[in-house]
Amino acid sequence: MADIYFTKEHEWVKVKDGIAAVGISEHAAHELGDVTFVELPQMGKTVKQFEVLAAIESVKAASDIYAPLSGKVVKVNEALDTAPEIVNESAEDAGWMAWLEVADALELNNLMTKEQYEEYLKTL
Amino acid sequence: MNDSHYCPHTPEEIAEMLSVIGVSSVEELFAPIPSELRAKTFNLPPGLSEFETYARMQAIVADNNAQPTPFIGGGSYDHVIPAVVDHLSGRAEFYTAYTPYQPECSQGTLQALFEYQTAICRLTGLDVSNASLYDGGTACAESAMMALRVTGRNKILVDGCVSPFSRQVLKTYLYNLDVDIIEITPLDGQLNRSELTRLLDDTVAGVLVQNPNFFGSIDDFTALAEQIHAVGALLIASVYPISLGMLKSPGEMGVDIAVGDGQSLGNPLSFGGPSFGFIAAKKTLIRNMPGRIVGETVDKQGRRGFVLTLQAREQHIKRHKATSNICSNQGLCALRGLIFLSTIGRQGLADLARLNRDKAEYAKAQLAAVPGVTVLSGAPTFNEFTVFLPKPAEDVVAQLLKRGIAAGLPLGSYYEGAGQAMVVTVTEKRSKKEIDQLAKALEEVLSCN
Repeated sequence: MADIYFTKEHEWVKVKDGIAAVGISEHAAHELGDVTFVELPQMGKTVKQFEVLAAIESVKAASDIYAPLSGKVVKVNEALDTAPEIVNESAEDAGWMAWLEVADALELNNLMTKEQYEEYLKTL
Repeated sequence: MNDSHYCPHTPEEIAEMLSVIGVSSVEELFAPIPSELRAKTFNLPPGLSEFETYARMQAIVADNNAQPTPFIGGGSYDHVIPAVVDHLSGRAEFYTAYTPYQPECSQGTLQALFEYQTAICRLTGLDVSNASLYDGGTACAESAMMALRVTGRNKILVDGCVSPFSRQVLKTYLYNLDVDIIEITPLDGQLNRSELTRLLDDTVAGVLVQNPNFFGSIDDFTALAEQIHAVGALLIASVYPISLGMLKSPGEMGVDIAVGDGQSLGNPLSFGGPSFGFIAAKKTLIRNMPGRIVGETVDKQGRRGFVLTLQAREQHIKRHKATSNICSNQGLCALRGLIFLSTIGRQGLADLARLNRDKAEYAKAQLAAVPGVTVLSGAPTFNEFTVFLPKPAEDVVAQLLKRGIAAGLPLGSYYEGAGQAMVVTVTEKRSKKEIDQLAKALEEVLSCN
């Protein structure tokens, strides 16, 4: 199981064999409330770290989702098109949104570990 | 300022308000504004009593009674409005309501708008409609911005046969966006297809056309839709709703977004407004629709109800990333459109459209018989057609106006080299006698030098 890292904007990323799975944290999913729509990124799109990758809408709010790492979108979670509630049910696993081909693994140093993220949440 | 009958505040109330904010007079309240920026006088006459005001207004309105027989259209049309439209839309429950900001409290308003959306979808042959926009011009602009959002591209091709008023609004709305708007010069009053083919590539977000177009010509954009879809662009058509009683609908042509002005549906000319704009699109585009959308649902007890749906697209939630800055709609005018369509029904709309076409065809034949006048041919028309005169159209229209006839819309201000052309509109309200009078008066005006 790959290590999980978090951004201050509450995205998570898990890297394995140069591919990064990206989603939003359980904390973020809980704060958003019932997710109604996930605007998935286009396949092949390249993003820089912390740039807008996707967008998410819930009954309460609409938010952008930022790329935790730079890379190219190689897969999107199409299951979310018809069942966006997966994000609420399993934010940090089945609720993943996209796979990125990682451009620079050193960028992980700009992110928080699970322990650091949990400490960070206490400060909010 | 307290001697007017119409000032809502008494001197005591004004004194109380001034004391709360700690100034001694209204004059002191405005003192921080430099005196050179303040109006010395508003040049207002002294106040009038109620009956004096009434008499004054009647005298002004009397000037309107000398209204000429209208053969001018160009986007605003003189159609019959059944009395039920005024009666129902004038009910206080509808008349005083604004766009619902606490929407679910206003089930009646939401139901009316839901039914309006249903009517617009049926009329245009498309899947989804919003609760209305300001007018036809802003609807064109919103549809162009939809195409930009959907495709991620930044070029819009616009047929020069689209109303010059809509094109101007489009340019104004998109002025500060990084967008190329390319206009295609009309060819004989129709879309120049070879020029469009030359310009169309995978950098184009959308193509805006109009049916019938500003010259009155009817077109079938079915093949064009396929050509446009092949490069991944959207086809947007601005349509005249009454004409849809007999013409192929945007949906049948493969149009992605249909827009238009709703004035012709139960709304008076009123010197140019207010009106409403409509926008309908294929279901796949719904998340990029601007404005309010009403949806049908059930409440906790399973009863049918209505909500404002998909609000996450809107400005109050998505801020600067919203699909549009419109957080409103033209509820009352759209309601009139709904009542109009519900009253005349599907067959009624078809009959109304045919009546317009038939009367316009009669007028076309009468005007074509006037010496020196030719009618633009090459495409079928609905209730508008372009005629070429042997003299400047502005002058001819001015002379006919003196005879009580508003003969048409001169094209010289809108198209280069079109100074002798005008567009004539004939709705169901024009009688055979009025059409004959137009032809006779035109012949007389043209024959005298």
